[in-house]
Amino acid sequence: MAAKSMTIAKALNESLRKALDTDPKVLIMGEDVGKLGGVFRITDGLHKDFGEGRVIDTPLAESGIVGTAIGLALRGYRPVVEIQFDGFVFPAYDQIVTQLAKMFARSLGKIKLPVVVRIPYGGGIGAVEHHSESPEALFAHVAGLKVVSPSNASDAYWMMQQAIQSDDPVIFFEPKRRYWDKGDVDTDAIPHPLHKAKVAREGSDLTLAAYGPMVKVCLEAAAAAAEEGKSVEVVDLRSMSPIDFDSVQASVEKTRRLVVVHEAPVFLGTGAEIAARITERSFYHLEAPVLRVGGYHVPYPPARLEDEYLPGLDRVLDAVDRSLAY
Amino acid sequence: MTVESTAATRKPRRSSKRAGAAKTPQASEPQLVQLLTPEGERIEHPEYEVDLTPEELRGLYRDMVLTRRFDAEATALQRQGELGLWASLLGQEAAQIGSGRALRDDDYVFPTYREHGVAWCRGVDPTNLLGMFRGVNHGGWDPNSNNFHLYTIVIGSQTLHATGYAMGIVKDGADSAVVAYFGDGASSQGDVAEAFTFSAVYNAPVVFFCQNNQWAISEPTEKQMRVPLYQRAQGFGFPGVRVDGNDVLACLAVTKSALERARRGEGPTLVEAYTYRMGAHTTSDDPTKYRTDDERQAWEAKDPIQRLKTYLEKQKFADEAFFTGLESESEALGKRVREVVRAMPDPDSMAMFENTHADGHALVDEERAQFAAYQASFADSAEEGN
Repeated sequence: MAAKSMTIAKALNESLRKALDTDPKVLIMGEDVGKLGGVFRITDGLHKDFGEGRVIDTPLAESGIVGTAIGLALRGYRPVVEIQFDGFVFPAYDQIVTQLAKMFARSLGKIKLPVVVRIPYGGGIGAVEHHSESPEALFAHVAGLKVVSPSNASDAYWMMQQAIQSDDPVIFFEPKRRYWDKGDVDTDAIPHPLHKAKVAREGSDLTLAAYGPMVKVCLEAAAAAAEEGKSVEVVDLRSMSPIDFDSVQASVEKTRRLVVVHEAPVFLGTGAEIAARITERSFYHLEAPVLRVGGYHVPYPPARLEDEYLPGLDRVLDAVDRSLAY
Repeated sequence: MTVESTAATRKPRRSSKRAGAAKTPQASEPQLVQLLTPEGERIEHPEYEVDLTPEELRGLYRDMVLTRRFDAEATALQRQGELGLWASLLGQEAAQIGSGRALRDDDYVFPTYREHGVAWCRGVDPTNLLGMFRGVNHGGWDPNSNNFHLYTIVIGSQTLHATGYAMGIVKDGADSAVVAYFGDGASSQGDVAEAFTFSAVYNAPVVFFCQNNQWAISEPTEKQMRVPLYQRAQGFGFPGVRVDGNDVLACLAVTKSALERARRGEGPTLVEAYTYRMGAHTTSDDPTKYRTDDERQAWEAKDPIQRLKTYLEKQKFADEAFFTGLESESEALGKRVREVVRAMPDPDSMAMFENTHADGHALVDEERAQFAAYQASFADSAEEGN
């Protein structure tokens, strides 16, 4: 079958539909995921076609959503739960961290919890407080969880399939401001491994490493840099736990420079981990210190300031220039 | 009843001086379901009944005696440094054995960390309960072998797991049920309220079995709630019942009834087993700092084991040979527990890297290899030293 062009939102919807169709144990749960189809319509039409036994509208209680999903998984189901927005995941954080992440280890491998927690995340849509956060490092820091984020429609489609098929709990961060970006999805393709990075653009002078919503910004930055004669490679990490350091290392040992870009605060973030590891692994290959571009160590600002807070084309290019100046 | 009068003698909460402040809502403590008085008298209850043979009654007695013996041995082992911690169930044997013996094999149990009596009823080898308290694992049994989930330490979390599991039972079209155990302190947790909400909304076949043992570490029930706990169920749309938690027969009857209701598709029930933790919360605290001798003595008079013994003796349902035989069985259990715990090996140091993820994880693999190389470096230097 030829590739179809669709938005990330549609790709996720198609992916969830396929999962429900393929495996009767897959369930969708969350606030407003039923008749409404979710506030972003990611589950649109699924309630109508699969019924309320498979696509379950829940009470407004995030700990309850994740906690009961754990119970359903213990009974042999594969729940895919939606947390409506990033900032609302914290009432469920205890269940995710102390129960979902730890039960496989606690049971010495006897209990598997194949639960996917979908979280629309990140800024750029002009939302009110608690609707624009990037808490991925908080989850990546927790042993027992896997954390991923697609940046395009094809990855959205395939990574969701892989996350649902995984026997591990997966925190699936969906870049909400990219929901309406279109891309080609080949539903017959052989998917890229879930936790393996991809080179999104080849280059030889510097590597930009990013994931989720920032991949598009980095691709634009690479295109702009090319006009100035700079060859920038863009690595789409796709997975924040585990992180595919091998792919980043391979790229850095080719380009000798690395800038990590994410929306989340730079302090103690994913970029810090990558900077430290790549410095350990590739110290003698580096021509410049690993630089980071990201959010500030402040609460996510009101929407009218988010363009200043979020890394944009100029901030990324500024970091590219600083790196190349060493 | 005596149980109520004890509660009534507790000092009332100091009332607020503000006008219109809430008053203590209940005029008197509610009725407890009771079938066996503290004096060992069998009494009737209009709604709940059990009809047990002398052999079955002796079985319940045996369960309670052996559970208490096991618990005492574990407490002693902690004092001897063999366990890092122990959460004693002393005083709660009737609540646990009564509810535990109401279960069918295909029912599923979600315990706290104190449900040693329920574990006994589910056929979990008691020595397997001690691994986590010794620090060699986080749960030493396969939950699916006995339909007895691992102990959950975070207060109240397991009530949601129980609810989700029960929702799965409905989806499967099965007629088994789930019991979620928790304490009076856990009733203050949001997860317990959310479990009540979800179970009511989805009509999940779950029995919430709260052992109100009066104390959440050093916090009395007055610090947890302003209405009798079992009454909370009403606000969520399902029945709640308070049972004498020191009466094994009443606990059995009430739990059985709640389980049958769940199986009939009528949804959850909250059972509040009104009981008392005779010992400390865990071996880490000192109850003499927060409660009185009088209180403990009042509850000792309601001992769950003694009252069944009195009944068995009065009815001549058990002879001397039974009690003597049980005593030696009890000693043998204590000896076995002692031996198994002392022989329990520390896990291999590489074990901490195992079972982090079902599908593997590159970072864990990398760190496992680094740790193995680091360990191996000591072996090398030892060889060089020789």
